[in-house]
Amino acid sequence: MAKITFGSEEWVKALDNELNTSQAYEDAAKTWEGDFYFVVDPEGAVTEPMYLYMDLWHGRCRESFVVADKSTKNPAFVMSGKYSKWKLVVQAKLDPIQALMTGQLKLKGNMVMVMKNVKAAQEIVRACTRIETEFAM
Amino acid sequence: MWFFNSPQIVFGEGALSYLAQVRGKRAYIITDEMMVKFGFVDLVKQQLAEANIETRVFDQVEPEPSLDTVLRGAQLLRAYEPDWIVGLGGGSPMDAAKAMWALYERPDLTPDAISPLEYLGVGQKAKLITISTTSGTGSEVTWAFVLSDPAEKRKLGLGSRETMPTIAIVDPQFVIKMPPRLTADTGLDALTQAIEGYTATWRNDFSDGMCLQAVDLVFKYLPKAYANGGDAEAREKMHNAAAIAGLGYINSMAALAHAMGHSFGGAFHIPHGRSVGLFLPYTMEFAANGGNYRYADIARFIGLSAPNEKESTRCLIDAVRDLEMRLGSNTNAASLNISRADFQAAMPKLLDYAENDTQIVASPRQPDRAELEKLFWYAYDGKAIDF
Repeated sequence: MAKITFGSEEWVKALDNELNTSQAYEDAAKTWEGDFYFVVDPEGAVTEPMYLYMDLWHGRCRESFVVADKSTKNPAFVMSGKYSKWKLVVQAKLDPIQALMTGQLKLKGNMVMVMKNVKAAQEIVRACTRIETEFAM
Repeated sequence: MWFFNSPQIVFGEGALSYLAQVRGKRAYIITDEMMVKFGFVDLVKQQLAEANIETRVFDQVEPEPSLDTVLRGAQLLRAYEPDWIVGLGGGSPMDAAKAMWALYERPDLTPDAISPLEYLGVGQKAKLITISTTSGTGSEVTWAFVLSDPAEKRKLGLGSRETMPTIAIVDPQFVIKMPPRLTADTGLDALTQAIEGYTATWRNDFSDGMCLQAVDLVFKYLPKAYANGGDAEAREKMHNAAAIAGLGYINSMAALAHAMGHSFGGAFHIPHGRSVGLFLPYTMEFAANGGNYRYADIARFIGLSAPNEKESTRCLIDAVRDLEMRLGSNTNAASLNISRADFQAAMPKLLDYAENDTQIVASPRQPDRAELEKLFWYAYDGKAIDF
């Protein structure tokens, strides 16, 4: 199976598919309501920011795509970090909650929702790790 | 990248007198009515008076403090404008004090939004002193706190690195008269923190030693403190063990026994230590059945010998069960007079809340929903985990 480039439209769709076929995610996120920007900040060979949009609702991903202009959407949550940090998270080498707690990733949005849905966040990362991903750096 | 956080810890006989050296103007003592009745509040006020610090007392913290209580307390803090907040009592008053401190400084927040995921700016108006009067929660040395949401019958594990107490007073004079049941419950809380802190996926070189030492102290001194409350050495060692366990787990992470204990305790109003201690051996077995034998290190450290890691792990689990039985603790949920029908009715919420408890994220083996339900039922019936 060919690897998919991290941050590409194809990669976002692959994550969308992983979430929508995961019973564990559906169970964990059944009360989750809120869309996301996953923002990859430029670093090294990656010179432009990437904005990955996902509309997550009650255990499903209703819509997902890459946007070039961040004003395209105004999501409830924005999680951002440098490319190298996202790479470690997707490779399951960096726990995303620890990354958030140490400021390696940053999150804006309703923290009450987040603190009550930690399992859903973990399942999203597990879905990421199931995608055969290649990285630009 | 990770952190090791700790307050300044003043420990041992006479530690309370350090308060006379604190500099400030006004202190708000956050506590409960029992602390007033026992005269503990007066002891604290006397020391602060020597430091020329005015005091006011909020003594309405209930066991498992609610979101409403901390909102009410924060309002009083804003009116009095203290530069010190003193959390005096068991885990509940100290936890409430942390939440009130954050809300005093950030009135725009709701208590359940106090998270370690963003900068809050706590500590601009006041600092926090914690004084523990039980030996187990470790709340005196941690930034975490547990609040209850009575409407949802849910306990919420919250906190921010910024809600780490500034000074922790660990003075054994407060625990010498603790009743045996409270001694056992709180001691098992310390044991659960230490074992989970050592085996959580967020463990690290800095927290490991703390956890090992705490387990050793609990196994040596908790039975003595339980059997003879007047044993001053056992009381002091257990008081230290609780703080050391707190430091160990807060700089690593707790795990599945805490997640299940919070969920169960919230649903059936079971004290925290009793609840997490009940689930500890079951979650250890579940982790071990998944090939996690780090428990063997603990077994070796406390002098349990077995020929290999698997059997050492088994020895430790048996030792935990044996300790719980010697302390007359509940080793299954049914023994808490919870009917099977009530347990079944509560199960959907037990699962939802345990699955999304913050303490579950670093468990050495994470159950899926079906496994979690089985774990609850095995713990209800007192069956050894075989999956």
